[in-house]
Amino acid sequence: MTLATSPGGALLAILIMALVTYLTRSGGILVMSRIPIGPRVERFINAMSGSVLVAVITPMAVTGDWGARLALLATVVVMLATRKPLFAIGAGILCAALWRFLMP
Amino acid sequence: MGHSRSADARLDLAGTLDGMRRMAPLCLFVIAFGLAFGVAAVQRGLSELEALLMSALVFAGASQFAALELWGPEIPLVALIASTFAINARHLLMGASLYPWLRDLPPRQRYLSMSVMSDSNWAMAADDYRRGVRNVGMLIGGGIALWLAWLLGTLLGVLFGSGITEPERYGLDVIMGCFLLSMLVGGARSLTILIPWSVAAIAALIAVYWLPPHSHVVVGALAGGLAGMGLPTEKKRDREPTS
Repeated sequence: MTLATSPGGALLAILIMALVTYLTRSGGILVMSRIPIGPRVERFINAMSGSVLVAVITPMAVTGDWGARLALLATVVVMLATRKPLFAIGAGILCAALWRFLMP
Repeated sequence: MGHSRSADARLDLAGTLDGMRRMAPLCLFVIAFGLAFGVAAVQRGLSELEALLMSALVFAGASQFAALELWGPEIPLVALIASTFAINARHLLMGASLYPWLRDLPPRQRYLSMSVMSDSNWAMAADDYRRGVRNVGMLIGGGIALWLAWLLGTLLGVLFGSGITEPERYGLDVIMGCFLLSMLVGGARSLTILIPWSVAAIAALIAVYWLPPHSHVVVGALAGGLAGMGLPTEKKRDREPTS
């Protein structure tokens, strides 16, 4: 099934994407509002919320270049040392930019 | 904890503005991402208006870039829906994790807030929730700021064309990773959480190599959540008095 990229077709494709994306955004609380939250569900949610980030970041470190790896490492170190996210992110970006600049 | 902790969760203008202010530094980078998207979209044959509409209505960077890959004289509808859903399915879990925080808001505010939920304002809102903050302004204020930045970036991209053609050269592609990682490290309250996180990391990698594309976030998050469910209930989320 395909849509022709006429103005109407493109608009329809964008609207469909918007709808699918909104369903993912609202679906989580919609489902949660219908199931009781006991201690087990709460433990699941707490562990899951950090795990989302772990699952986003790990492949970046493993499949990325050394610039990305160094950036992530610098972020962790500076974050643990200073507890200031902006310093940590700045150190990370600097590492990646320097690495890629020096090692083209 | 349960019922009483979010009894007075609230959404107000001051909290929303504060959320926008706290998101402002990251917005500069989001403008750069948006610019890259605008450039890529026009190169791919979208009209200026279509690129802007996509950014305004979809507001989900990774899935928008993926859609460009599918764009052509004809758009494969099933693939478009599948890739948009797969890339954004993490929102389902992110939203679920905020439910205990948002549940006492009127449903309309709740669902409106979710319409601007994105990775970074979610991460900062989840951190607020963990610290016992009752004002949910970070979610919607941060979301509005990100949305404006994303739209502005797209506009600059379609207007001024090829500004940044190699964002990875300047480390722009790692910003989001570093940002999310700093949120993750900052939110770690006890070492036991490393157990579910390790499970999540391994599961995500397995999914990257052996499961369908884009499934790794959902697979990793679910695996981590299940691992966390098996931990003993030593979880004490001491909430600071207030803020």
